Amino acid sequence: MREIDGEIISKNISQAVQNANFSLDLKLLNMLEDAVKKEQSLLGKNILKSLIKNAQIAEQEKIAICQDTGIVVIFIKIGNQIQIQGDLYKAVNRGIKVGYNKGYLRKSVVKDPFNRENTQDNTPAIIYIENVLGDSLEFNILIKGAGSENMSRINMFNPTASKDEIIDFIIDTVQRAGASACPPYIMGIGIGGTFEKAALLSKKALLKEKTEDPSIRIFEKRILKEINKTGIGPGGLGGKVTALDVRILKHSCHIASLPVAVNINCHASRHIKISI
Amino acid sequence: MNLETPLTENKINKLKAGDKIYLSGYLYTARDQAHKKLCELIENNEELPINIENAIIYYTGPAPARPGRVIGPCGPTTSYRMDKYTPALLKMGLKAMIGKGQRSKRIVDLIKENKAVYLAATGGAAALLSKRIIDSKVVAYPKLDTEAIRLLKVSDFPLVVINDIYGNDLYDMGKNKYSEISG
Repeated sequence: MREIDGEIISKNISQAVQNANFSLDLKLLNMLEDAVKKEQSLLGKNILKSLIKNAQIAEQEKIAICQDTGIVVIFIKIGNQIQIQGDLYKAVNRGIKVGYNKGYLRKSVVKDPFNRENTQDNTPAIIYIENVLGDSLEFNILIKGAGSENMSRINMFNPTASKDEIIDFIIDTVQRAGASACPPYIMGIGIGGTFEKAALLSKKALLKEKTEDPSIRIFEKRILKEINKTGIGPGGLGGKVTALDVRILKHSCHIASLPVAVNINCHASRHIKISI
Repeated sequence: MNLETPLTENKINKLKAGDKIYLSGYLYTARDQAHKKLCELIENNEELPINIENAIIYYTGPAPARPGRVIGPCGPTTSYRMDKYTPALLKMGLKAMIGKGQRSKRIVDLIKENKAVYLAATGGAAALLSKRIIDSKVVAYPKLDTEAIRLLKVSDFPLVVINDIYGNDLYDMGKNKYSEISG
């Protein structure tokens, strides 16, 4: 057994949420650089350049990339040979509380959906725990803004639905989001499972690093191409780059079902993976 | 072009969807909860904590300022959520709104009718935009924290005209220009 103190977890989470809010990852920056070259619209090009400049300022000055420093969504993978000293949920939330205060990050979480009273520390996080074999402890952290979250959708298709019908639904979702969710977008798409499983997969898909399944990669590329035909463009001001990437995760499902969930992320896709 | 507040009718008349402007002067911040409170006061014929006439409202909830800074990162939030409160504010003389994302047809029509303007700041460019804010003070609803109403002084704040007094909508114009979807 490997013992891990809850305090160590809190410290790591505190640092990680700050880093994620201050720095865009290199892969995303490269995508934005590529988008500048691809974009035909002058207004669109300028938006993309501003975003790159914005990321540089945030990184240098240790300030948030976006004022919406999100609600924190964390996928935890915990090995069966790990023993946590203390409560894992509390340790994670304590880390967020400290990190959001130290990093001058906005507190955007309310305790109750009706009375809307701010918890003042950006907790609680949305936490998912997965058990794995071994002695590793991994945190995959997503800083999720509400502008893009609000534009996300799910549809329960007939099992006989075609890929074209699924694409139409995704395009319609992007059209409805239009300029509102800060394009160019990263699209997380969950296909299969059940109602809630598809939604969860769509969120997890935002963190997906690569696609192993070649048929899925082809489908992702096809969807990306279709989204970029909408003309919405950077900032929604018109252009060729409406999405930067499409990421699909799929799951087995019932003979009568074909759930499809679309989780939109803005261009400031802030995430970080840490292992303890 | 460079523009200074207040945005008088003469200045607004010259603005066209797609124009890039650099705004200097004063604007108020207000988002969901502040709008709700303002409109409750309007409904009850009570006095507002700020003067809406000829004012500009920026839809934003800034992040906290690091020590020595005027304000933290401060980019636009999504505007459509304010659509249900906007008619009452336009009626009281609101002249400009700054946010991101498309407004409802009703608001676009009211912008034209009231000779107002809707401007977009770059969503997600909050660190960059905060550099153009030279003063900030909370003027109403301090308990709302980030959602409090602030009076900001801005210098060369970069904006794009989305909806002008002629009924144009840059979001539609831009999309139509670059769309490759037939029909």
